[in-house]
Formats: sequence, structure tokens, C-alpha cells
Amino acid sequence: MKKIEAIIRTEQFSELHKELLNVGINGLTVSEVAGYGSQKGMTGIYRGNIYDVTLLPKIKVELVVSDKDYNSIIAIIKDTCSTGKAGDGKIFVYPLENVIRIRTGDEGMEAI
Amino acid sequence: MTIENLISQLDMYVILVSAFLVFFMHAGFSMVEIGFTQSKNALNILLKNFLTISVGTISYFAVGFSIMYGTSFSGIAGFDNLFMIGNYESIGDFLFDAVFAATSATIISGAVAERIKLSSYLAIVVFMSVIIYPVAGHWMWSDDGWLVKLGFIDYAGSTVVHSVGAWGAVVAVYFLGARIGKYDGNRIKAIPGHNLPLGALGVFILWFGWFGFNTGSALAFAIDEMIHVAVTTLLSGSAGVIGAAIFTLIKYKKVDASLTFNGALAGLVGITAGPNVISPIGAIIVGLIAGVLLVVAVSFIDRSLKLDDPVGAIAVHGVNGVWGTIAVGLFSVETGLFYGGGFSQLIAQIIGVIAVLVWVIAAMSIFILLLKSITSIRISPEAEIQGLDFSEHGSTAYSNNLSSLGLGLADRLNIISKSGKTNSI
Repeated sequence: MKKIEAIIRTEQFSELHKELLNVGINGLTVSEVAGYGSQKGMTGIYRGNIYDVTLLPKIKVELVVSDKDYNSIIAIIKDTCSTGKAGDGKIFVYPLENVIRIRTGDEGMEAI
Repeated sequence: MTIENLISQLDMYVILVSAFLVFFMHAGFSMVEIGFTQSKNALNILLKNFLTISVGTISYFAVGFSIMYGTSFSGIAGFDNLFMIGNYESIGDFLFDAVFAATSATIISGAVAERIKLSSYLAIVVFMSVIIYPVAGHWMWSDDGWLVKLGFIDYAGSTVVHSVGAWGAVVAVYFLGARIGKYDGNRIKAIPGHNLPLGALGVFILWFGWFGFNTGSALAFAIDEMIHVAVTTLLSGSAGVIGAAIFTLIKYKKVDASLTFNGALAGLVGITAGPNVISPIGAIIVGLIAGVLLVVAVSFIDRSLKLDDPVGAIAVHGVNGVWGTIAVGLFSVETGLFYGGGFSQLIAQIIGVIAVLVWVIAAMSIFILLLKSITSIRISPEAEIQGLDFSEHGSTAYSNNLSSLGLGLADRLNIISKSGKTNSI
């Protein structure tokens, strides 16, 4: 089992979600996050004054997949979330020790 | 002061106060459009509405009024006294009509929201207030208009104002295309409005302003007529709400909030052509039908025609503008079919509806095709996704709302981190 944590552009999420549903991923967690990487911040203007926006809004998608599905899921994320410009985000992958479904007590892939 | 003098001053006072009420409807339009769209485009919508009333009234002052009420060329259009020069005695009529012209133009604003380029939108506003609205208005409201001579009646503008704006919107939306993500093959995605309470406030403001819109169209201190008009306006708007609420309950098994708000506007547009000649009971029937029509039309325009109209402007102002105009031919107590008036009024109304439809669709298509040959009328996909507020105006409506999902973490942290960092250009 692997845990995938992808930091992506907010606007790419709906397409990623659609693709993940298509391949049968039936659970994930999404949060709004803020941060910066190699993408530069933005400059805004308000009543004639410019201001810097250093932290950019991103979406963090967390999901757990079996070792067998891992490569295809990474491919989907790379595919749907890439625009080719700085700011597309990153994917972090962790080995996962266990998953437990609270309601039934199922463990491992059973609980996904 | 003679009695005649006093009466003519009272007539003008009615026009003045009514014009103020119609002016306030622009606040209503702004709030409806903002409420029914995404938070990332709210500033852009406000700018469009501010510029519509400003650019629209000045263009109408410069050219529009003279085309609408100038000396008629065979009932088609006028053209004299540009900038009201030499026509100062009509300045009060100009005031009342200018806010109507801007209303007609601003109907387009909601339909094209969230993706049109500001400059292209303003070009459309100028064209609406200088050519499209004045020519249509000349046909239906000037003494020499060819539709007036045919017996066509449109008291406060179901067709003159509302249909004209809506047909302009149909053409603009057709050439502009839908918002990104709205239509995905055969799937139709809902893009929910971000602040329905604000949208509902907008509808109330419009309804309030509508009393001026309709009663002021008496164009005189005619108190009995104005009371009748105010009552039919109230009843038809109310019936529109009820019609939409009940029909959404039947159709969708739930009372749909934003469609019910739209229902009020549908009922109001529906009564606007004949508030003086339709009885109070007739007004309720007209409004009920308008509310049902609204729900049917929104779904038809969205799902079948695939015209992406975020605020339902085409259904509210176009479909119900037609309904209201035809309703005069059916429900007018003087000339309507249901009151033994025969078919002549109904036929005149239908001719008017079709003539205006053809005129606006043709003229606006030519104009937008010309515009498209010069420049792209749509903003870039990147700007659209990010939201027009930041991409086009460098700022946001809700203190740094950069996230398209709402006021998120990044927004809150950026508010903190930016303090003390602003610097002058």
C-alpha cells in the first residue's frame, strides 16, 4: 500500500477527480492548502498600490492505493494536472503501514 | 402659477421620481449578477454595471435619444438634435428614457458574465444604447413608429426594453461561448452562484424599482392609472414567484431558491407590456404563467440550446418579454381576445415581437461579427480560470480571495503576510 499526496492547481482538481472516479478510486481526502515552490508569487494592485502575493492557493489530494495500482494512478495525476508551466505542483509518495476502517475494524486493502 | 402649469410640473415630477427608481434597478441587476456567479468575478461584474449606466446614458444622450425620438424617416428611425442640442424641452423625457436604455443594455451583462472582455462588453453597450434600443424604441414608442401605427402596445417595455436586451444577450452568448467547464460533452455542469442572499436582495431591489419602471410609464400625474399599474405590478410579480416555486416543486421535487427569485422578475417582465390594461385578476394569471415559463425556459436554454446564461437573463427578459407582449393581446380588458376584442390586437403584438426579434438578432450579429474580426471578445482561458477580478483588475472582491473555492487558507495567510508589504508604484 502506498499513500499518495499530490499538491495540485485548484483548477485541475475537477478533472483529476473525474479521472480517478473513472478508474474506481472510491475515496480520497482533499484540503485547501497554501504554499510556494518554484512558481513565483503574483502581484496585485489595489487603489493604485501594488502588493505581493507570496503564498499561492493549492489543493492537496490524499489517497491510498495498492502497490499494483500505484503506477497507473501516478500517471493519471501527472497527466491531468500538468499544464507545463511552473506551479503544477508535486506528488509525494509514502509507504503505508496500515489502514483501519473504524466502523468494521477491517484492516489493510480491505479497508480502502 | 396656473393650474395647467402646476399639472405639467407634477407630470414631470412623476417622471423624475420614476427615473430615480429605475436608476436604482441597476443596483439590483448588479447584486443579482454577483450573487448568481462565482466569487472570483464579482469586481468585474460591478465594474460592468457601473460602466453600463455611465457609458450607456452618455451614449444615449449623445446619439440614442435623437434616433429614438427625432423626426421620423417613415417610422423607422429619427436623427436630429444630437447631444440634445436644440431639444432642451425634452430633457425630462431624456432622463426617464436614458435609464431605460441602460437597463436594456445591462440585461446582456448578466448573460455574458465571467468570460467577456470588458472592452468588448462596453462596445456592445454603446451599440445597444446608440442603435439597437433607439431604433426598436422608435418603432414602438415614438409617435410616428411603424409598429405604433399598427396598433402595437407596449406600455413600459416588455419588448422595447426587456426583449431587446435579451435578444442582444442571445447573440452575445452564442458568439462568446459557454464558460469553461460548463458543458463537457453531453454532461452539463452546474456552476453555483456564490452568494444567493445577495442575489435575492438584488431581486427585491429590482422589484422595488419596477414600481417606478411601470407607474412612471404613465408619463403623467395620472394617479388612478398609476395605482392600477402598481397593483398589477405587485400581483404579477407575486404570482411569478408562486408559479416558479410550485413548478420547481413539481419538476424537481424541491422548491428551487434561485429559480423562485427569478420567478419574481419573470412575473414583472410579464406584466410590463400591459399593466394599465390588464385587470388585477388577469395580472395574477399572467404572472403565474410567467413563473412557469421561466422554469421551463431556463432549463431549455441551458440544456437544449446550450446557451450558458449564468443569471437566466434570456429566460427572464426574453421569453417573458415575449409572453408579456402577447399577453396584452389576450388579457387587455379593452382590446384583448379573452375580453371580446378579437384578434387584431394579438396579431399586432405578434408582429411587434417578431419584428424586434429579427432586428436585434440581425443587427447584433453583424456588430459582434465585426467586433470579432478586430479582436477576441473573450478573455484568455488562464484569466477565466483564475477569475477576472485578479487577472483583469489586479484585485479581488473579498479581501484577497484568490482561491476559486472560496475564502481559503491561502487568502487568510496572504492577508497576514502582506501587511506592511504594500508599496507604491
